[in-house]
Amino acid sequence: MSKKLVSMTINGKKVEEAVEPRLLLIHFLRENLNLTGAHIGCETSHCGACTVDIDGKSVKSCTELAVQCEGADILTVEGLAKNGILSAVQEGFHQEHGLQCGFCTPGMLVRSYRLLQENPNPTEAEIRAGISGNLCRCTGYQNIVKAVQYAAKKLQETATA
Amino acid sequence: MNAPLKDREAALMGMGDSRLRKEDARFIQGKGNYVDDIKLPNMVYMDIVRSPLAHARIKKINKEDALKIPGVIAVLTAEDLKPLKLHWMPTLAGDVAAVLADEKVHFQMQEVAVVLAETRYAAADGKEAVQVEYEELPVVINPFDALKDDAPILREDLVEKMEGAHGTRHHPNDIFTWQAGDAAAADAAFASAEVVVKEDLLYPRVHPCPLETCGCVASFDPIRGDLTTYITSQAPHVVRTVVSMLSGIPESKVRIISPDIGGGFGNKVGIYPGYVCAIVSSIVLGRPVKWIEDRIENLSSTAFARDYHMTGELAATADGKIQGLRVNVLADHGAFDACADPTKFPAGLFHICSGSYDIPAAHCTVRGVYTNKAPGGVAYRCSFRVTEAVYLIERMVDVLAQKLNMDKSEIRKKNFIRKEQFPYKSAFGFEYDSGDYHTALDQVLNAVDYKGLRAEQAAKRADPNSKTLMGIGLVTFTEIVGAGPSKICDILGIGMFDSCEIRVDPTGSAIARMGTISQGQGHQTTYAQIIATELGIASDVIKVEEGDTDTAPYGLGTYGSRSTPVAGAAIAMAARKIHAKAKKIAASLLEVSENDLEWEVDRFKVRGNDDKFKTMKDISWAAYHQPPDGLEPGLEAVHYYDPPNFTFPFGIYLAVVDIDRATGETKVRRFYALDDCGTRINPMIIEGQIHGGLTEGYAVAMGQLLSFDTQGNIQGNSLMDYFLPTAVETPHWETDFTVTPSPHHPIGAKGVAESPHVGSIPTFTSAVVDAFAHTGVTHIDMPHTSYRIWKELKKHGLNLN
Repeated sequence: MSKKLVSMTINGKKVEEAVEPRLLLIHFLRENLNLTGAHIGCETSHCGACTVDIDGKSVKSCTELAVQCEGADILTVEGLAKNGILSAVQEGFHQEHGLQCGFCTPGMLVRSYRLLQENPNPTEAEIRAGISGNLCRCTGYQNIVKAVQYAAKKLQETATA
Repeated sequence: MNAPLKDREAALMGMGDSRLRKEDARFIQGKGNYVDDIKLPNMVYMDIVRSPLAHARIKKINKEDALKIPGVIAVLTAEDLKPLKLHWMPTLAGDVAAVLADEKVHFQMQEVAVVLAETRYAAADGKEAVQVEYEELPVVINPFDALKDDAPILREDLVEKMEGAHGTRHHPNDIFTWQAGDAAAADAAFASAEVVVKEDLLYPRVHPCPLETCGCVASFDPIRGDLTTYITSQAPHVVRTVVSMLSGIPESKVRIISPDIGGGFGNKVGIYPGYVCAIVSSIVLGRPVKWIEDRIENLSSTAFARDYHMTGELAATADGKIQGLRVNVLADHGAFDACADPTKFPAGLFHICSGSYDIPAAHCTVRGVYTNKAPGGVAYRCSFRVTEAVYLIERMVDVLAQKLNMDKSEIRKKNFIRKEQFPYKSAFGFEYDSGDYHTALDQVLNAVDYKGLRAEQAAKRADPNSKTLMGIGLVTFTEIVGAGPSKICDILGIGMFDSCEIRVDPTGSAIARMGTISQGQGHQTTYAQIIATELGIASDVIKVEEGDTDTAPYGLGTYGSRSTPVAGAAIAMAARKIHAKAKKIAASLLEVSENDLEWEVDRFKVRGNDDKFKTMKDISWAAYHQPPDGLEPGLEAVHYYDPPNFTFPFGIYLAVVDIDRATGETKVRRFYALDDCGTRINPMIIEGQIHGGLTEGYAVAMGQLLSFDTQGNIQGNSLMDYFLPTAVETPHWETDFTVTPSPHHPIGAKGVAESPHVGSIPTFTSAVVDAFAHTGVTHIDMPHTSYRIWKELKKHGLNLN
């Protein structure tokens, strides 16, 4: 199959590579770039384990082609921590026991990060609705909700400090 | 040097501390190491050609077109595995299962051929190009039909073999008939009973559906003759033994590594054809082979759970004292008997079905049959059919209460095994270790204002305009976990012990290696806490390793809530061996007799003298520097723990639901879960496990179902249809606890992660049925979806427009 050159920015780094037009973004990230944080859980865009952030929106990378991301600015879980300092959502998930097996966590974190950009002070119901595209089989979501609340509070404190 | 005792204790972060998890750092930064993350040089990808039909003869397989596809290396079928005698494999249940379909397919999505290719995409292309010609055969989906005289024979390979692994088979589609208890005593109780109730209960077929599917990377080194396999397994050592037995490679040259596992819930106990094919392919090609199933394959072909058609009967006095229990089960095991139960128990520990009640006479029969469905019957977040057993007895007690017009809580109090009766021998022969059910039940009833809830319900029922029906569910369950004593529990002949090796370093840190494997339970965190308390070493300098059979001592793995009851005990016992040696070293260093020493948090001190002591750190250094005369250098121990008994955690769960009379939608207003898991190691992790188990229970009760049409087409095998609750539907959980330690466990712990699944499922059914109880409804089968509830409302004229 003939390949097509695609270029995008991933976690602040410019990436350019020739790929098959049918290559899914999740495979491009995981196999070509060795960014294995995002996972594959269903291949039908239901579970959200593959969630990444594309141009400021949460996107399920299992149903997105790499070639559709020409020129895009992509953030994955690997790009959340800055200079070795965890982001507020990462800290929240650890502090509030918001993860168990860890498989949904990268997608859940990237989604939570975007949710708090969209709505810095969400209610519990807004958090639950906001992460409803991401499935977790371990936690029952209760501690994930607390983790997002922790992160919201932390971000607000940082903003006002 | 003499910091306050309390500070020294806190610094250890030992048992009872809600210590944050050590696992988190890698997972929150996208640095977990799951099987699909593993990439080896020169690796090949494998994909599986599966049957579109549930029952058919294979006439012809044409590989030619597939082999023409660029990147495709090989296509293997049963014919190719036959010379190696690997086209069939033994199951854990004493049956055999086809690795690749041998002349016949027995269920839809069964493995027919594998395609090996240079890339994942080429393998998928190759799979599409393999042509298989089938001749359709009559399909058997209903297990009752399977036992009819004129039923099609499903397992032609067993026609001559009417002696099965668990006794005589009475029909070609029979697997076993298994009984427990005393039939004559139970019959006598029924013959003289004042009141008898009987109910048919279907526990439908569901799937554990962990978020990570199954897969492996098999890597055979043709030069060294070593086989390394990274695999999604809850029991890596058992896999190693089976792989060695199947392949003929000495077990010492087989290395099985379970890396990070993305949830198991029983789905990752068995050995699947995909694993075997990947291993064979790696041996044949001399290259690493990766196989990762997709979600549809996972839901369609790897181990399902439940599918029990149960009939329960209770005999009781007119005032509600239960005198007898009879249970009959038809168990649909699918095409091959591939349950993962201890060898001697084809229905697992189903005979815990007398529950938390003092029932003098009981008997149960479970008959297993073959149908044209995927094999399995695993313990989906439970201990070997305990979920089915608890569902049965809790439903039946509700049915009896309704018949007698008694309150659900009153009938339970009347029949509970009393605190002073423990250890209690049940009519099925189990010895319950400890419990205090009355105290726990009262705690829950008070916490939720049970009387107030009943009054509110009565008012709602009296109001014909009420928009909702209110139901109160109550379940008072006892689990049986920690399998198990090797005299009665084994897997493939290997006793169900577990193991721990601890090495304390010269500078006082330690490493522990275990025979279990975490799939999210947080073993790295909690196991270290046990050692911290036992040995006075801070948990932060204790490293816990699991999952690599080359380094970990042999263990039976993590399922059936056995990690804490069995491996947790092995940790304590290994630590105590080290503790005993440390005491000798301390005595020598302090120049006193061992009898003059006492243990205090992190040190041995001379009795009554706070200034004369040696800390574990001092002792560790001495163990490597200058051990006393007669003692070997070093400070380490291994312990293989064979539990004397199971443990019996229990819980009291109460749910309040409001059913919308117009839509049939069920809202869980309140769910209160009290668990008693004995000694609590890490309350934060316990609570997390309970939240997760309750949510999986909610999923099963309210929506999960693997159904089939009459042709054996599986319906609902993607996440489009198979219900995994999101954060929106999932109720808010309230948790509570009592502590009744296990008297036979070294630290008194009983295990916890499965109780919430086992206990919550009947609680939801109890609540839904309770909403309809005033109409005389005694039972409604799961799943309680809005549509099914709406139909129930309509049936009783309770629906609103």
